[in-house]
Order: sequence, then structure tokens, then C-alpha cells
Amino acid sequence: MPQPGYHAPETVQQAIALLSKEPGARVLAGGTDLIVQMRSGRIASPLIVDLKRISGMIGIRASGDGFAIGAATPCTALKKDAAFAAAWPGVVEAANLIGSVQVRNRATMAGNLCNASPAADSVPALIAAGATCLIAGPSGERELPVEQLATGPGRTGLATGEFVVELRLPARPKGGGDAYLRLIPRTEMDIAVVGAGAALVIDAAGTCTAARISIGAVAPTALLVADAGAALVGSKFDDAALGRMGEAVRAACSPIDDKRGTISYRTDMAAVIARRAVAIARQRAGEAN
Amino acid sequence: MTKQFVTTTVNGDTAEFICEPGESLLDALRGRLQLTGSKEGCGSGDCGACTILLDGEMVCSCLVFAAEAEGRVIETVEGMADGSVLHPVQRKFLEHAALQCGFCTPGFLVATKALLDHNPDPSEHEIRYWLAGNLCRCTGYDKIVRAVQDTAREMRNERKTA
Repeated sequence: MPQPGYHAPETVQQAIALLSKEPGARVLAGGTDLIVQMRSGRIASPLIVDLKRISGMIGIRASGDGFAIGAATPCTALKKDAAFAAAWPGVVEAANLIGSVQVRNRATMAGNLCNASPAADSVPALIAAGATCLIAGPSGERELPVEQLATGPGRTGLATGEFVVELRLPARPKGGGDAYLRLIPRTEMDIAVVGAGAALVIDAAGTCTAARISIGAVAPTALLVADAGAALVGSKFDDAALGRMGEAVRAACSPIDDKRGTISYRTDMAAVIARRAVAIARQRAGEAN
Repeated sequence: MTKQFVTTTVNGDTAEFICEPGESLLDALRGRLQLTGSKEGCGSGDCGACTILLDGEMVCSCLVFAAEAEGRVIETVEGMADGSVLHPVQRKFLEHAALQCGFCTPGFLVATKALLDHNPDPSEHEIRYWLAGNLCRCTGYDKIVRAVQDTAREMRNERKTA
């Protein structure tokens, strides 16, 4: 591959300046997608901007009542943060389904998000959890719901000079629980045929008071399916409510046919996987009450 | 593009090299430092033959830029044996014939040592998941799993008697 430049700036401002100067410059966090894509020739970048020497880019800190996760925090580090792992087990599990241990020791959720694969495992979990991403750029900072960052396979709405600095997750609500499941024909080291995330809040009587359902690998980007969540709110997860949730998920699917699954298989399985994710999230929410 | 001057620690010793900015750490280890134990099987993070420890965490060195190693601590398969005395993982791989062509072996050795440092008594399930990022096309994995289990047993016993 052609030789790019390599810079490891120490501040966000220096990173923005480097990224603004070279429109084809790429941000390096874990590199598990970037380096593969550069080597295969899929992308040619004149400049690599490594974020890992910038203070705050690695690690999880309390932010208000919730959490701020530095953009270069590897997936395996999420498991080691007891407070975060207790609050958002679905997010931690999703991030730790990606690749191998070797890959997860480098790969980051911010990278998973910005790589914008429709099948990114951590993204539906983040969407269900109500995560946002903080973006820094030449005109300052902006915060965007995670589901709004990707605009298509491999494409994001990040402007030249902008990059994701951190992911923000709220505190786990009282009576809240989340889960992410993916369908793969193997047990590990595979790409989702279908993924689904669920984050629920249930009250002491077992009634659903809030629900966010998300799906991955069944549309050009991971999606928040608002109608699927709405179908559960007010219910006690009876078959009729779960059936309406599944129908809303099916209606939101617009998958491709490929070697991993046909359109009809992915659409059918999206509803099945979403229902199973809801069952796990519900159990976790119940344990929290 | 400007070449990078990198100072790092490899297997306990300071190492310095000059590399291309887009060069992989694997290529620098093999080509600049003549540490040819780590292998390139795929170059895309699938096979694990290039597994090393970077600041104590196992990574695919093909998916790390050499320039990223500045100031960091690297451990490779060459650092496992104590002179001519093999590490228990290496000895057990030999005893159990947990290799045939041997190309994947350095990666399996580094990954197994990392597993046992972190979990002295892994179940077979844990062993197989931990090693999911290391591919072997010769053994069918059973001999590797048995070698790992036997190493774990021996290392636990040594700890008890130590």
C-alpha cells in the first residue's frame, strides 16, 4: 500500500488541525478496520491521525449521572469497568462479540460506529441504550444520537476535520435492562446475519414504561425502530404486544440478499432475534426492580 | 513520507528502529529487529499467527502500525523461553504434538500464555473461545486444547508447591 503519513497528536485541537489539512486523512483508534482496508486497497489515506496519545481518549469516566467512553477505549476495557458493565451489560456483550480477543483488545465502539458497517455489533446496542456521540471539529463540538451518525454502508455524516471524541451513555434507569443478540451460523469470529438490541424500563407491576428496539445487518445502517418500542410500552409483554413489536421490526427491515442470508430469512429472523433480546432485557430489568 | 524513529521495549530490552509510517509492527519486528517468530498468515487479523502482547494485552501485530509502538512494552514468542529452558506452554505443545506445520504455533503459544496468566484454570469452553482468533489448519485443535489443559494443570501444581 502507498505510504501514508503518521501523526499522534496530543490534543483534540491538533487532531482537528491535521484532519482539516488533509481531506483524505483517517483517524486511527484500534485500527482493526482501518489497517485492513488500507492494506486491501479499499481506502488510500495520505495521513493517519492516531488518537491514542490524546488525554481522555482511552477509558470510561462518569459524566453527569451517566458515562463518557473515550473514542479509543478498546472493547475488552468495557468489561473491566464494573459500574459500566453493571449498567449496560447488553452494550458490553455486543462490543465483546466482535472478532477475537486480539481484535477486541484494540477495536473500539467509536471505530465500530464510524466504520459504518450495517452489521456492526456494538451499534444496535448503543442505539437501544440511547447513546450519543460527541463530535469535535473545526467549528466546535456537536452531539448526535448514535443512530444518526451513519448515512449508509461505510459512510457517515462526519464533515472534514471532524471526529468522534467520545460516546455518552445515560445512567441505567430504575427498572431498566438492556440486551443485544446477533444471529451467526458459527459461535464466534463471524459477522451478524441479523442483530437486535433492546433497552426496556419496567415498573414494579411488570408493565413496560419505556422501550427502545434497534436492529442491525438488515438495512443500510443500524436502525432505531421506534414503532417496535412503542408496541411494548404499556404492555406486560403479552403475546399480542410482542407480536406487534415483531411486525414493526419486520416492517423496518430492508436487507440485502447475500451469502450470509436471504432477504426473507433476514427479515423473519430480525423479528425472532428482537423478541429474544427483549426477553433478556426484560429479565435484567426485572432483576433491577 | 517521513520515516518514523521508534523506541520501544521488546522482551524486556530497549529496541530502536526506523520504519515507514504505514509499516505494520509485525513487519518491523520481523524485518527491522529480526524477530521472525511472529508470522504473517493473513495480514487481516483473522488468523492470529502474529499474536504478541502490547502493554500486556494480546493483539495481532499485523493490525498495529509500528509507529504506534513508541514508548510501549512488547512481548513476543522469542521472550517466552528462559534461555534454552522452554516455557511450560512450549514444552506441553511439544509433548502433546499440538502442532504439525508449526506456522500458527507462535501465535498459539503467546495467546495460551496470556490466557493462563489471566485465568489459571480455564474450562475447555473458555480455552476454545479465547483461542478463537488463532487458526490452525493442521491439528483440528483437539491436541492444542489438550496441551493447554495440561499446561494449566502443571502451572497450577507448581504454584501450589512453590
